Amino acid sequence: MLRYIIKRLLMAVATLWVISTLTFILMHALPNDPFTDPKLKPEVKQALREKYGLDKPLSEQYVIYMKNLIKGDLGTSMKYPGRSVKDMIKTSFPKSFSLGWRALVIALVFGLLLGVIAALNHQKTWDYLSIFIAIIGVSIPSIILGPILAYFFGVKLGWFPVTVDKTQLSLVLPSLTLGLSSLATISRLMRTTTLEVLGQDYISTAKSKGLSKVQIVWKHVLRNAIMPIITILGPLFAALITGSIVVEKIFAVAGLGEYFVSTIWEKDYPMIMGITIFYATLIILSMLAVDLAYGFIDPRLRVSKKGGK
Amino acid sequence: MKKILEVKNLEVSFDTYAGEVQAVRDVSFDLYEGQTLAIVGESGSGKSVTAKSIMRLNPEPPVRYKGGQILLNGENILEKKEKEMQKIRGSHIGMIFQDPMTSLNPTMTVGKQIMEGLKKHQKVKGKEAKEIALKMLRMVQIPNPEKRFNEYPHQFSGGMRQRAMIAIALVCNPQILIADEPTTALDVTIQAQILDLMKDLQNKIKTSIILITHDLGVVADAAQRIVVMYGGKIVEHGTTDQIFYESRHPYTWGLLKSVPRLDIKKENSRLDSIEGTPPDLFSPPKGCPFADRCEYAMEICKKRMPPQFEVGKNHYSACWLNHEQAPKVENPIKRA
Repeated sequence: MLRYIIKRLLMAVATLWVISTLTFILMHALPNDPFTDPKLKPEVKQALREKYGLDKPLSEQYVIYMKNLIKGDLGTSMKYPGRSVKDMIKTSFPKSFSLGWRALVIALVFGLLLGVIAALNHQKTWDYLSIFIAIIGVSIPSIILGPILAYFFGVKLGWFPVTVDKTQLSLVLPSLTLGLSSLATISRLMRTTTLEVLGQDYISTAKSKGLSKVQIVWKHVLRNAIMPIITILGPLFAALITGSIVVEKIFAVAGLGEYFVSTIWEKDYPMIMGITIFYATLIILSMLAVDLAYGFIDPRLRVSKKGGK
Repeated sequence: MKKILEVKNLEVSFDTYAGEVQAVRDVSFDLYEGQTLAIVGESGSGKSVTAKSIMRLNPEPPVRYKGGQILLNGENILEKKEKEMQKIRGSHIGMIFQDPMTSLNPTMTVGKQIMEGLKKHQKVKGKEAKEIALKMLRMVQIPNPEKRFNEYPHQFSGGMRQRAMIAIALVCNPQILIADEPTTALDVTIQAQILDLMKDLQNKIKTSIILITHDLGVVADAAQRIVVMYGGKIVEHGTTDQIFYESRHPYTWGLLKSVPRLDIKKENSRLDSIEGTPPDLFSPPKGCPFADRCEYAMEICKKRMPPQFEVGKNHYSACWLNHEQAPKVENPIKRA
């Protein structure tokens, strides 16, 4: 087990190196650089480029960046002078995270529940209702859903604040907006896999023992049906906790989501690199967690002591 | 002998979008204490649906019980509510299935799966339940039961899994064990072991067995009575000896001829088969379901359903050849 984890972590380092190299090449392939504002005087531009080392050849910049990266230094932002990339992630990420994990919990709890209920009532009212919710969740983008929720529950009914403040209550609407499409995805997937498991022979066996429907679902269906959900949970977790520019703009959250778009727009090289590496690390770690979780749920996938599978 | 189960004129249909499939038509048989009854027939003959009806395991809908009765100790199973059925399943009737590779839950230890029925029906807990489960594992001759108890199905071989299935089915000492093609998915040497084990256990715990199979070779040694089904109907019904040596139905003859035998030398060494395919149960033929494939078919066979002719003591055959005006046809199966 330990050897397996170490092996996976070493692989993660290699993956991160590939990702950061590719990002580095791609971002420098973009036209212009952070200091192309026509209002800047040429000598100021020149001075700024020299300050951030952009006047050096690309290969040299790459080596310098990688050396710093190994030391754990992600550099400083070129657009917000004096603020380190690490610092910016540190202040914005917790805000996105607090929305993200709530969105994930909402999506998981209601998605699983809805999926199982739909499967158990195959082609009856509950099934069609869950299909309806799923279609809404998938087809209404958060840029529409967010304002609608904010308007009805925030402005009209006044149940929740429309912007995020320090209260728990203010997190409800943005979390819901962020989580609804995941909720829909999870409920559809859970419905499909539950139906599949319900058709398995071992469910007949369970029934032939005299177990009730609730007992069968609880003891025999859920654990076998949940595997594909675990699979998508890794990337989903990473995606949700790193925030969404749309949701964060609508509900005025100063989270990480915005940087995914604005840093590229501004060509803030160290920020692009920093955020990409941060996101990639989260994905890799959550995938590792998923792979380890497989073993707990399905004994056939347990990692052997020797480190192989 | 005490009559445990009585199936009377059972009619089972599937309601599908395309129409009604009459899977079981007018099936009747009795099961006595300690007896093994075999239901034999090819795929689609209605044998599995009949067996699952006894436990009400067929999904309802689409399955609908159109008529007849299934009397377990005198009580009609078809009138029971789902809650009452749960008390019968596992405690009065146990069942083992065709494919041991897929009939056990892959995410639950074998021991837990054996104890489940026990905890449900007999209110035993913890250590006591474990003791009984271990005893069952020993009884089905699984070596190293203490270790096996905590293992998962994927750590068992096919034959071992079927043994575990038998342990699950018998853990509450049911009156009836329904074995739905219990050896079909196993290789031949394991088949014999499983059949021997079932016989052995039957002697020990005095359970009655309903053995469903398409393989007459399997039942010869195991069953006292045989019901031959075809097209959702019972075509012949008698003791094992009667069916094997005094059969009065061409379908049974066809089945018997298609069993490979070592004791009969033939000029051409091809194994016989029954030509044609079973009837469409969407619109079953008016007459005998086997008429289209039968080499002895007469005019009347296509027009009218043959009644159950009593051709021997407790030996019934639904074939017009047994009518007194029918041409005399010899049983082509010779006693070896």
